[in-house]
Amino acid sequence: MRVVAELPPARLLRLGVIGTLAGVFSGLFGVGGGTVIVPLLMLWLGYGERAATATSLAAIIFIASFAAAVQGLYGNVNVLDAVLVGVPAVAGVLVGTWLQQRLNASVISLLFAAILVASAVELVIQ
Amino acid sequence: MIGELAIGLGAGIIAGLLGVGGGVLFVPGLVLFAGLSQHQAEATSLLAIVPVAIIGTYRQDRYGNVNRADALVVGLLSVAGAAAGVALANALTGTALRDAFACLMVLVALQLVRRALREDRRGRPEHAGQG
Repeated sequence: MRVVAELPPARLLRLGVIGTLAGVFSGLFGVGGGTVIVPLLMLWLGYGERAATATSLAAIIFIASFAAAVQGLYGNVNVLDAVLVGVPAVAGVLVGTWLQQRLNASVISLLFAAILVASAVELVIQ
Repeated sequence: MIGELAIGLGAGIIAGLLGVGGGVLFVPGLVLFAGLSQHQAEATSLLAIVPVAIIGTYRQDRYGNVNRADALVVGLLSVAGAAAGVALANALTGTALRDAFACLMVLVALQLVRRALREDRRGRPEHAGQG
């Protein structure tokens, strides 16, 4: 793509480092890698939070696909479970985004943080 | 099967609501409620993330928030890192990987608390679906 070819080398290098770090993180933990991409886009390339999150999501389509394909070679991917989780998740995201306009996000953030910590403990001691 | 559908719907709602990724929820959900091993859960989560990221990108792109060239470069240049990360995960025992993942969950929880405190001063968040 011409737009990509026209990127200055310094920018290309930073994007490459972000992609590589996000790839390792995603492959290691089975997550998208937004936790790595969003802050780095903001820190290194001057992105605002909204654009960083949106651009991160687009990159994650590739990252998660690559990592899933490699995990597939190891025989770890359960395709049926992925469909059963991924499809309702799409509907869930739409509901969640709609709810976001109507609820106090701070309270939910704190509640959910507590759930995350409890699940982490459950995961380790199960 | 009901368990998987509930994980997807619940994780999706929270992802849309808080802007945290689906993966940090899919993985523990698949381990605790669908009986997958840590390795299987992570691998399966990666595939489940793809449709969520596609829909999220489509929505964000309509608002002009996606820098397509940058996203393409980050995405395509992630391939070596992704392969390395997967190889690393598969070199670890299930227990070690699970404990590392639990640390990640606590880290995400701390990020959420920090953001909640910041937003209390500033108003509502504007992002959704970090992946």
